[in-house]
Amino acid sequence: MTPIDEEILSGEIVEHYTVLSIRDLSRMCTVEASRITELVDEGILAAQQSQNGEWRFTGEALRRARIALRLQRDLEINLAGVALVLELLSEIEQLRRARSFGS
Amino acid sequence: MEFKDYYKIMGIARDATEAQIKTAYRKLARKYHPDVSKEKDAEARFKDLGEAYEVLKNPEKRAAYDQLGQGPRPGEQFRPPPDWGTGFEFSGADGNDTDHSDFFESLFGRQGRARSRPGFAGGGQDHHARILLDLDASLQGGQRTFTLRVPALDADGHLETKERTLNVQIPKGVLAGQTIRLPGQGSPATEHGPAGDLYIEVEFQPHPHYRVDGRDLLLTVPVAPWEASLGASVAIPTPGGAVQLKIPPGSHAGSKLRLRGRGIPATPAGDLYAVLEIALPPATDDKAKAAYLAMAAAMPFNPRANLGV
Repeated sequence: MTPIDEEILSGEIVEHYTVLSIRDLSRMCTVEASRITELVDEGILAAQQSQNGEWRFTGEALRRARIALRLQRDLEINLAGVALVLELLSEIEQLRRARSFGS
Repeated sequence: MEFKDYYKIMGIARDATEAQIKTAYRKLARKYHPDVSKEKDAEARFKDLGEAYEVLKNPEKRAAYDQLGQGPRPGEQFRPPPDWGTGFEFSGADGNDTDHSDFFESLFGRQGRARSRPGFAGGGQDHHARILLDLDASLQGGQRTFTLRVPALDADGHLETKERTLNVQIPKGVLAGQTIRLPGQGSPATEHGPAGDLYIEVEFQPHPHYRVDGRDLLLTVPVAPWEASLGASVAIPTPGGAVQLKIPPGSHAGSKLRLRGRGIPATPAGDLYAVLEIALPPATDDKAKAAYLAMAAAMPFNPRANLGV
């Protein structure tokens, strides 16, 4: 007999998802949908308009949204500040890449 | 149980004012926030800091904490005094969902932690966790076992932390920073809806050979001076097994040779970069010394020509 916790779970990589709705994203981040709307309005999350006018996100949005919400909560910075932090972080990442690959 | 000196963690005096506590928190939070910080123990430091701030910013909790004095002498175990917490009233939820140390929970219990999540009439909550994965799990795919600490409500509605072991089939080609969704592994189903999902964010442990850059791998390959200068074919490891790498003549230290598609088997697959490093054979016996001398005699070579002296 196999105990339940011996069960092997398989999952999917969220970043491979092409379509998340604002409801999906707000549920995944456990915040109100209005918090996600704020992130889109600030340009922190990129959303596509679907044919029926609803926003569509890619799987990448989950991690970005979670980082943004954590920065907002933990450092008490406003959304413009969060957006700036995220931009600087990606710039640091690019510099780090450029350095590890040399010229 | 380890006593936590919240004043020391925040780097402030025991008579610090509320404003000083807030300033100290802000400053350290920026330094150690795991999303921003590159400090090695950022995550642990940030957790301690959050806990310290949660206690010291709240006058009731701070007063109760101060009653404990400076804690036991170093090396002694801490136990809350038997009359601990009487005469204090801890009010309200703090809205902080980090998990607390045993020390914190022995003092403040779990009150204020079991807050209801906003706006979700319905099923179990989604959970998030981070795991440290060996690179091979992504390269080969395969099953890995993780122990996660999961907050759960007990029969009385208190939040408690349980250990939970999961066997997960790792999707081949998963990259650092990506998230694996395990459907139905969050909070259990309720009468209003289905179970939540568990999201695990992947980070890699350092690998003995490969450095990871997104989907690409970098491998440092030491070569002998003659292999670099004359060209050679050398055996190197790749995730798919050993291959012969052709070193072109005239290569130098830092030369990067790309093996297309030999990186992490994501879609599209990453590349493997062999980064050459020149290794010098030691001149430990007469024969080796003679060889170096012959080289010096045969080749007028000044490696410092660019230094202008």
